[in-house]
Amino acid sequence: MDKSPVLRAEGITKRFPGVVANNRVNFDVHAGEIHALLGENGAGKSTLVKILYGFYQPDSGTISLDGRPTPIRSPREARGHGIGLVFQGFTLIPALTVAENVALFLSKLDWYISPKKLAAQIQEASRRYGLELEPKTPVWQLSVGQQQRVELLKLLLTRARVLIFDEPSKVLAPHEVDTLFGIFRDLRNDGYSLVFITHKLREALTCADRITVLRQGQVAGSLNAQDASEEKLVELMFGEPLKEVATRERGSKFGKPILELVDICTRAVGTTPALRQVSLTVHEGEIVGVAGVSGNGQRELGDVILGLIKPTTGKKIFLSQEATAWPPARMIGQGVAFVPEDPLAMAVVPWFSVLENVALLSPKRFSLYGGLGMAWDKARAVARAGFERLGLNPLPERARAASLSGGNLQRLVLVRELSRDYKLVVGLYPTRGLDVRSANAVRQAFLQARAAGKGVLLISEDLSELFALSDRIVVMLRGQIVGEVRPDQTSLTEVGRMMVGVGHG
Amino acid sequence: MDWQTWLIGIVGRALAYGTPLLWATLGEVYAERAGVVNLGIEGMMAMGALMAFATAQTTGDPWLGLLAALAVGGVLALLHAFLTVTLRANQYVSGLSLTLLGLGLSGLLGRGWEGIALRAPLPNVTIPGLASIPLLGPMLFQDESILTYLGLLLALVLWIVLWRTRWGIVIRAVGEAPGAADAVGINVALVRYLCVVLGGLLAGVAGGYLSVVYRPAWTEGMSAGMGWVVIALTIFASWDPLQAVGGALLFGALYHLSFRLQQWVAPELLKLMPYAFAIVVLAFVGLGKAQRRRGAPAALGLPYVRGER
Repeated sequence: MDKSPVLRAEGITKRFPGVVANNRVNFDVHAGEIHALLGENGAGKSTLVKILYGFYQPDSGTISLDGRPTPIRSPREARGHGIGLVFQGFTLIPALTVAENVALFLSKLDWYISPKKLAAQIQEASRRYGLELEPKTPVWQLSVGQQQRVELLKLLLTRARVLIFDEPSKVLAPHEVDTLFGIFRDLRNDGYSLVFITHKLREALTCADRITVLRQGQVAGSLNAQDASEEKLVELMFGEPLKEVATRERGSKFGKPILELVDICTRAVGTTPALRQVSLTVHEGEIVGVAGVSGNGQRELGDVILGLIKPTTGKKIFLSQEATAWPPARMIGQGVAFVPEDPLAMAVVPWFSVLENVALLSPKRFSLYGGLGMAWDKARAVARAGFERLGLNPLPERARAASLSGGNLQRLVLVRELSRDYKLVVGLYPTRGLDVRSANAVRQAFLQARAAGKGVLLISEDLSELFALSDRIVVMLRGQIVGEVRPDQTSLTEVGRMMVGVGHG
Repeated sequence: MDWQTWLIGIVGRALAYGTPLLWATLGEVYAERAGVVNLGIEGMMAMGALMAFATAQTTGDPWLGLLAALAVGGVLALLHAFLTVTLRANQYVSGLSLTLLGLGLSGLLGRGWEGIALRAPLPNVTIPGLASIPLLGPMLFQDESILTYLGLLLALVLWIVLWRTRWGIVIRAVGEAPGAADAVGINVALVRYLCVVLGGLLAGVAGGYLSVVYRPAWTEGMSAGMGWVVIALTIFASWDPLQAVGGALLFGALYHLSFRLQQWVAPELLKLMPYAFAIVVLAFVGLGKAQRRRGAPAALGLPYVRGER
């Protein structure tokens, strides 16, 4: 492989408000090569491929094609240069057939479409790479894996040379992943360049020729697959333990159990993982951290605790009462504060103002004349006190929730949830999207809650945060709890290894 | 030979009455395929009927009358497209307003034309040769309007365009997933404008047919709820031009039957028949095909705003 690369990116830097998504990233891919981009969520993988595809413009850095510097200003230009991207969410039109979806994408087609000619083209490509696609099938009848292959087919028929996949295995069942990787190898052998994003070590090791690891927007290392091992990759992915966010005494004396989950199982819906035999206890004055790559059952865990999902088997005990069948309203009423993963969809009414959203959860508390009026002054005071106590900048009270940034929404939800009288707070990625100062304020708030004898369940992907705050850390993988550790008796690397399913030692 | 006379009468008249239904339904099929419901068919037909009559009466040329109907339908549909595509107004409200506007305006402007027999109606044709085929000849090829045949031809052409050409895929893509269509570089607004205006042109001609061919005269409210039958027919035809032919003929036959059966059944009840049947058909369509996927465009009735998916 001493030829010059087909596609080379040098010194790519991309900043978003509050975060450097890519920091002087170098990346290249040769013809006839499969290149895996490995990293945790938020490491900057998606940003990088979107820059290569012209979806984002880099703040600095250059992209060269066949050794010539070529700015890529739009996805259309990228496609013109033979670069194709398969997004995580597909862009197919379900009611149209495979052939029609392909035809829509091929701009150079005649106005009259001969079904036979197009079908022949599709069948040829389909047969060559084992895509197993029938041109006449409507896309809504296809499995997710097949739909992904239609996206690939579209790119192949537009004569793309560089095929980029954004987390292709995320939506696939294990056997479908094997099929896809088989197709990848065939394409490589025909001289295509393939880039795929993953956070699974095994995928990178089994399929790729070369692996580049991104960590916090920077290239942590780039190595040939034969020189790589799981150990090495884990180290590159998670790095050395960072400084603790806030140091404190780790106690071992906790109060009574607040929440107990016993052998909870749920049913899998679509591509969401099912919980399998999850048992977990949160005591008064304890912070239990849940580590894991997102999408391994954390969201379902939160939903079970709140009562949105009823477990198929197992028991949930809240404050010594059997609470397995309690609806969310009762859980909230009994003292669960909940910070969901997606606040805009699950916690606020987008068209309500900040103040209305604060008052929303406990309307009784602010009602006047038996519900005929609202004590807005009181709600305002509660909101202000909440922001002050958490050390957050207050938000404009009249602003619509929909107009807030992700970080501000997170603040709004936190203030509202922690302003109530609660026994247990469940936080899903509560510091995601926050700047450093706000994130620290939130972490302090959780420590305060702990000091006040509340229970805290902190679900996070930020290992250093979990290590700094938690009394105990449980690790989730594919809907199961695969390990439980005490932060002072283990290392980040050890937990990282459990998160990606690499055995001990 | 009594049943033959009956059959010839029913099929012949079903074609005659089904023709305006067919033209308007073809137009609505295209508008809805692109994702825009137009409930203004009734209003566009009423205005088309008036304009066609007035023009034909003044100029003495029925073809000019139909051209005027075509134009007025297109202009009214353009208004609907502007409101719903550009301003993103609610399609149902805009369509209903269009119907009320068309009915009211045609009533007002048509006062002077009320009840006069048209001096230059478009004569029906009999196709030589074909008309002498026994049974089929008199049924299909005798004393029919040229617009009937044009409508059938149009249905075929529109079917080919919708299912066999790139334009058709583009139109369906816009009605199914405007976001995805936008992403591949299709001008969603332009496609919707064109389809809605096409719908208006055809609805205008449908109205013109009533006053220049079918009746030939102008009376207020002569579209008599046909516009609403068209909306039902569009669904009944699963948004498919060729299936629209079957639907239009079926409703045409029902309408004709409502005259034939007057000896035995109260005429008021019979007049209800096509409309009652529309309800029944829709109910069955809804029941029978609920499990299977119907052909309804997924983005039907939804304004498209870039970035909101």
